[in-house]
Amino acid sequence: MRWLLVGLVVVVLGGCGGVGARPADGPNVLVTMGFGLPDEHATARVAVFRSANPGVDVRINEGAFDEQQFLSAVAAGDPPDLVYAERRKLGSYAARGAVVSLDDCVRAHGVDLGAFREAALRQVTHDGQVYGLPDFATVRVLILNNPVLRAAGVESLSTADWAGLADTTALLARPRHIAFDPKVPEFLPLWAKANGVDIVGSRLDDPRVVEAVRFTTDLVRRQGGWASFKALRDTFDQFGAQNAFVTGQVAAMPMESWYLNTLATNSPDVDVTIAPFTDRRGEPLTESSGQAWAIPKGARHPELACRFLVTMTAADTWVTAATARRDALAAKGRPYGGTFTGNRVADERIFRDVFDPKGNRILERAVPQVLALQDKAFALPPSPAASELVRAWEGGVNRVLTGRQSPEEAMAQAQREAEKALRRVGSR
Amino acid sequence: MKGRAGWLFLLPWIVGFLAFTAGPMVFSLWLSLHHYDMLKPPQYIGLDNYREALTDERVGTALGNTLFFTALHVPAQVVLALALAGLLRRAGRAAGFFRTVVYLPVMTPPVALAALFLLLLNGQHGAINAFLGWFGFTGPNWTTDPVWIKPGLVVMSLWTVGSTAVLYLAALTRVPLERYEAARLDGASAWRQFWHITLPGISGTVYFTVVVNTIASLQVFTEAYTMFFGARGQQSGEGDAALFYVIHLFREAFESLRMGYASALAWGLFVVIALVTAVQVRLSRRYVHYEGEQG
Repeated sequence: MRWLLVGLVVVVLGGCGGVGARPADGPNVLVTMGFGLPDEHATARVAVFRSANPGVDVRINEGAFDEQQFLSAVAAGDPPDLVYAERRKLGSYAARGAVVSLDDCVRAHGVDLGAFREAALRQVTHDGQVYGLPDFATVRVLILNNPVLRAAGVESLSTADWAGLADTTALLARPRHIAFDPKVPEFLPLWAKANGVDIVGSRLDDPRVVEAVRFTTDLVRRQGGWASFKALRDTFDQFGAQNAFVTGQVAAMPMESWYLNTLATNSPDVDVTIAPFTDRRGEPLTESSGQAWAIPKGARHPELACRFLVTMTAADTWVTAATARRDALAAKGRPYGGTFTGNRVADERIFRDVFDPKGNRILERAVPQVLALQDKAFALPPSPAASELVRAWEGGVNRVLTGRQSPEEAMAQAQREAEKALRRVGSR
Repeated sequence: MKGRAGWLFLLPWIVGFLAFTAGPMVFSLWLSLHHYDMLKPPQYIGLDNYREALTDERVGTALGNTLFFTALHVPAQVVLALALAGLLRRAGRAAGFFRTVVYLPVMTPPVALAALFLLLLNGQHGAINAFLGWFGFTGPNWTTDPVWIKPGLVVMSLWTVGSTAVLYLAALTRVPLERYEAARLDGASAWRQFWHITLPGISGTVYFTVVVNTIASLQVFTEAYTMFFGARGQQSGEGDAALFYVIHLFREAFESLRMGYASALAWGLFVVIALVTAVQVRLSRRYVHYEGEQG
């Protein structure tokens, strides 16, 4: 009877295994979290590490990063050895002590931090220490649908002249079409920056932020209001051959640069112009985002983990991965639009030696622009209350979009919520 | 010996109850008196979390949304399920087939249901508005207009009406037919028969489904979270209109990492559910009749 009970307990506890290495695992097991193997960017880089470290058993826990699972694992003292997460979230993990500083790691491996894009590196730096190594860099550009603009007699569209943009939007507006999608609330930091203010670090009720909110929400109002605007946008075949640019349902919008590859693959003949988003003085402006590798507090094999993240983000490894990606796409007759790695040295080599657009017009024209924007990008700085801040300003813009508050009221409330969140984090 | 065997049979349930229900409840009560962000040790703060919950604007919004949804969902569920059960009772030899058809949607996973209804309820190209269009109505933007989001969620919730309908069908078959025959002989209309025979005859089942559906509605989470909060792309625009109490609780716990505060919110919901259920129990004494009862 006693043995039966012991057996039951073992079975139950075995089923409750965490995300870290198991006690029975040898010292050579390296467990990752939040990272998958969807394409050659991942598989080829992991292969590079495996080949250089044949004694290490890399265990990839496939699937998207799950904040709850990650923090629970850290709290339980059973974290993975490495975590792969959005860069903007790392600040709050660093402030809370969920990830460890990589300063010793990068020093020991002679990593040149100057090789990483400045904006990307700033996002993973907290209190002067580096907590993650950047991986990928997406920027935001303006996509213009030429046939729609030409049909309306619009010769140019710029985000520098806000009054002109409002007039053009009104001119292009028609039922069941989107003339200009400002992509708020998620792109509010870009619009605020264009108006001369950093949304993190300044007050959310700063008059320049309020003006950006008023302008962008007015653009939506001019197109029939948020309810129908969003409902229409929800119907778009964003990742298909019949996307909104092909069907002419969108005239223009700012968008993340990864979407250019989608357009180039699914609708290579669509007639679009890729232009930089600009501030109100006409200077190119973009926001950068991406992932980062970090080592959780309590990781069982920090030295192996360090070796892994240094290898994964090294220029040589990226070039190997980019070449594998290009060859795999070429085998399917598809172009390769390059890889924006967050590592300047890697980008330079990839776009010089590996990039192969195969005559795809979208890639040929857009990629040089995206490349040029990489070093002009800003990124949201790390914040100990990152999630709460995003929720505060997005909630504020939503209240304006749905007509519940004026921009002043909404952003004043957002500022109060942000202050409360920051106070709470500070008091922990 | 018999007593021992009984306890042995109960043991798995007792262990499960202590480990997965009672234990977490006691822990959550303890946690509700602390600051706890999962990474640092819990810090005792007394009743601060409860005090904050009383002044949290979003708690008011979330509770209002939840009560509004419950007030629409429960009556709609009961009426539609009764109507369906009535039809099923008249289905004759095909009753088994139709019972299966009515019950099948209940098997749909909630996340799949949410994804499906995001398409069906779309104000511009959704099938539900297309259907309304056949009768000359212009449907609203169910998923993007804050005024219509909760009614839209109620429409979606009726997808699972089959489980209640099957219970009503079982209850209806237990109402003695001779009562209807007697009423017909006395010239009672169909409505009077329903009001004075059917409804009292199944009042126990109606009471049970009202209580269970009310508790479930007050804890509504999965579908609304999937549609309006789950994927980042869906977070924009309608957040507060679909912010139900458990969604607010979940976000405080797992996005803001405020486990203590979320625990306090959970106990707040427990109190609300207990109060609502107490009112229902009180009312049931007057309106619910069970077989074998006098009167």
